[in-house]
Amino acid sequence: MTVTPTTTESSSAPAPSSPIRGRSRRRGDQVFSTLSMLAGILVLAIMAGIAIFLIIKAIPALRVNTANFLTTSAWLPDNTPSVFGIAALAFGTVVSSLIALLLAVPVGYGVALALAHYAPKRIAAALAFVVDLLAAVPSIIFGLWGLAWLMPRTEGLFAWLDTHLGFIPIFHNTLGVYSRSLALAGIVLAIMILPTVSAISREVFVQAPPAHIEASLALGATRWEMVRMAVLPFSKPGMISAAMLGLGRALGETIAVALVLSATFQINWHLTEPGGNTFAANIALKFNEAGINGQGALIAAGLVLFVLTLVVNVVARLVIARRAEFSGAN
Amino acid sequence: MATTTQSPTGQAPHDALAGGQLPRWAPWACAAGAALAAVALIAVLPVDGRAQTLLLALLLYVGSQTAWSFAVEGRRHAVDRLATTLVYAAGVVALVPLVAILATTIVQGLKVFDVYFLTHSMRNVSPLRPGGGAYHAIIGTLEVVGIAAAIGIPIGLLVAIYLVEYGSGKRLARWVTFFVDVMTGIPSIVSGLFIYTGLILTLGWERTGFAGALSLTILMIPVMVRSTEEMLKLVPNELRESAYALGVPKYKTILRVVVPTALPGIITGAMLAVARITGETAPLLLTMFISASINFNAFTGPQATLPTFIWDQIARGTPASLDRAWAGALTLILIVVILNLMARLFGRAFRVK
Amino acid sequence: MKITRYGQLAGVALVGTLALAACGSDTQNTAGGSSSPSGSSSIDCGTGSLKASGSTAQANAMSDWINEYQTQCGSGVTVDYQGVGSGAGITDFTNKQTDFAGSDSSLKPDSEQPKADARCSAGPAINIPMVGGAIAITYNVQGVSKLTLTSQAIAGIFAGKITKWNDPAIAAANPGVTLPGSAIISFHRSDASGTTDNFTQFLAAAAPDVWTFQLGKSWTAPGGQGGKGNDGVSTGVKGTPNSIGYVELSYAQNNNLPVTAVDNGAGAVEPTADTASKALGQAKITGTGNNLPVKINYNIKDAGAYPIVLVTYEITCEKGLDAAQAKLVKSFLTYTASDAGQSKLSTTGYVPISGDLLTKVRSAISAIS
Repeated sequence: MTVTPTTTESSSAPAPSSPIRGRSRRRGDQVFSTLSMLAGILVLAIMAGIAIFLIIKAIPALRVNTANFLTTSAWLPDNTPSVFGIAALAFGTVVSSLIALLLAVPVGYGVALALAHYAPKRIAAALAFVVDLLAAVPSIIFGLWGLAWLMPRTEGLFAWLDTHLGFIPIFHNTLGVYSRSLALAGIVLAIMILPTVSAISREVFVQAPPAHIEASLALGATRWEMVRMAVLPFSKPGMISAAMLGLGRALGETIAVALVLSATFQINWHLTEPGGNTFAANIALKFNEAGINGQGALIAAGLVLFVLTLVVNVVARLVIARRAEFSGAN
Repeated sequence: MATTTQSPTGQAPHDALAGGQLPRWAPWACAAGAALAAVALIAVLPVDGRAQTLLLALLLYVGSQTAWSFAVEGRRHAVDRLATTLVYAAGVVALVPLVAILATTIVQGLKVFDVYFLTHSMRNVSPLRPGGGAYHAIIGTLEVVGIAAAIGIPIGLLVAIYLVEYGSGKRLARWVTFFVDVMTGIPSIVSGLFIYTGLILTLGWERTGFAGALSLTILMIPVMVRSTEEMLKLVPNELRESAYALGVPKYKTILRVVVPTALPGIITGAMLAVARITGETAPLLLTMFISASINFNAFTGPQATLPTFIWDQIARGTPASLDRAWAGALTLILIVVILNLMARLFGRAFRVK
Repeated sequence: MKITRYGQLAGVALVGTLALAACGSDTQNTAGGSSSPSGSSSIDCGTGSLKASGSTAQANAMSDWINEYQTQCGSGVTVDYQGVGSGAGITDFTNKQTDFAGSDSSLKPDSEQPKADARCSAGPAINIPMVGGAIAITYNVQGVSKLTLTSQAIAGIFAGKITKWNDPAIAAANPGVTLPGSAIISFHRSDASGTTDNFTQFLAAAAPDVWTFQLGKSWTAPGGQGGKGNDGVSTGVKGTPNSIGYVELSYAQNNNLPVTAVDNGAGAVEPTADTASKALGQAKITGTGNNLPVKINYNIKDAGAYPIVLVTYEITCEKGLDAAQAKLVKSFLTYTASDAGQSKLSTTGYVPISGDLLTKVRSAISAIS
């Protein structure tokens, strides 16, 4: 990869001036652009380090695994023979994160709109502060609170869903126990990613070009029409980016999920029943007491989580790329 | 219902241009009607509980107002009213968990939260008995997060600048963008594992606050890059072009024009990044050695932080240690609030008018 | 102008931080909350910083010991024990992060022992039994305040074979107790733990025909609910009617949880330090020299002996630690194995080591150099 540190833009930008100033200018540019490029390379180096380390540590454990790594729903890597697979983990991770996204994204966009274009300035500032505060609550507290406060209050809701919408499998509950479920974990995750989604999309909404906003209002648009026609198209890439950042946090969230879920290794479509597990929570729960194989197996699970987020991000990037014409940097 | 008296004035601006318009007291009337109807319906319908009643009332309110508006004002205004209601409802919905979490933390935390708690360590305090404090953990958190931010924020900022200002269209920049995306998905515990095996096992480092800070830096960089990148992209190109036209060199344009313009957004992003790592527990458990005593030196010896303090006290599981855990949580939230407020004030001070 | 104001604000914040840094203290007002230093310096104190990590099962005992040790020896010495789990504790020790490890099981002779020996270079790594404990079975059944379970019934419940509280296997051991006909919800540890290891070893020894699952630190039986740590299991049991779970006795006692008596063929036995001590007295030393791994007889049938017990070890180098650290380890472990140290255990729900085993433990510690 041969990249010249001085970009074509920078060499074309300065107008012709005295040679001395030009040289110092170029040197400053050179130093700064090299510095920023080195920072970019550092990111690649860290990622390469992590990936190499994950793969090296995971391979020996995968070699001695006697079960199918992708389709097995059990986690006994330190047994002889070693048996472990990620099917249940993948299921739990994806389902809980999707629930979180479904709940948090609409609310997050709503909050962001309220902050940016609806609420009076004073109230908006207070609400923005409050939402940022939500981001500051440590995940361990979310876990504690989810168990102590939220769980008893959602049991009624889940029971109600069971009795009235029980013909839909995901709401059906065969045990009559409505605690420590994937649905609960999804709600906790939704609350955790809400500030991420709303804070990023608020910043984007605020940056919508005032000229477009004023023009649409001048043409007699209602506030919603203004938002729909002037704000949203401009903000789409940022909104997707906000949702993806939220999803990234939900997929990798560890401590809160580990506390809230009753960890089991089953794929259970009855989402309000106790049980389920996620990649990250499983690593946190098992790592301390894991043997050499066990650590390797958990690192392999971490690797899969990695690939999962990678796929999500590639898809998101493609969506954003198609919408690139709306980007502010034109 | 003081608003009802205003109804004649509310209906007054009724001219041909504006079309039909709901009276100003309409939302209140709808709300009152919906509440009454919900209470009445509860008796008939198979639902119970305050939450369900509230939800039903909300649905009735939205429905009745939209229908009324549709009849009087037409489709466009009905949709507008519906959207406004939903947007405000989202704000209220976001408030509920926060108020609940804060209330729980404050009520539980205030049991042992006092000056003694803030100024004493856990040295020589049995986890089974009350007493002790989180002073050692506060010092540790401030140092560890401070070091992580001091490394992570400049790197994140530089990477974002590279991506937006220098790298556009380059292959290296595409790779960096891609891997920053992947990096956001790193589970916090994996970043801890990386530092643990890479630096502690392989290079034989001691488990210290600095190792913990490095694992937090890994988590912080992608959040910082993504939000900063988004903010830099929103700076209009006209600003850059006018600076170039005036003969300002590119790096000065970036430092004096682009970054200051985007600064409030960048600070918000940095705040989110710091907020994300301040409460991070999992990586610190692998990279730091928990202590009950005060240690000012983040580069050597065991050191406590607030998240590991909370984690440790929860694991002890006695009433006294749970009280300390909640008080530690309250302290952690207070620290973040103070950092938050300071960042906001600075952001406002440097905002370009 | 504006910036000056914010500069002042930053200055105030900085001064505040410095003020905070100046007023913190390691010294507690209440004399440590522990017993006053009677008999004064019976401890042969060391100086410096001692680091250890491992088993969460002995974490509370360690805290008490550390507090007493630091109180008596003053601020010149700091001991830190981090409850990270036995496996991580052994890893820390073999990677020279700590001076000794706390573990719920002795070093595995084929895999862990050689690595630990390599860390010690000059001498073997030794297992020193230091803390005894019991595992209590806690339950949540409305209106039932006293419950006895046979070993067979416990295995049946946790294996998912006994599913109702009024099952004859439970009712027979509890005459006069009205048991509900509701389903039993069992809680186990979702994290890997030495508690699960010892509990399943008991089930396999006492009810081999019912408990056919693999043994180990991870729960292998199908069904049931998982909770993280002792606190996760106990909150699960507290919050779920008709549930049952297993936790360490010290945890159950410190939190006043209802526990069952266990009948392993010689009548019902409540879990206490005394009844567990009786079972631990039968543990056999299987190591050689100063290495003292023990084998517990989980299927003990003596009257008044509580069968679900565990022993946790301190693992360190007989020889090969840095001179200063060896001195410190020896000083600290000599205190924990002393009468004063061991007598602290029973006040927090642990079980002291006694008799022949204790003698051997003390001579092993005196050989550390």
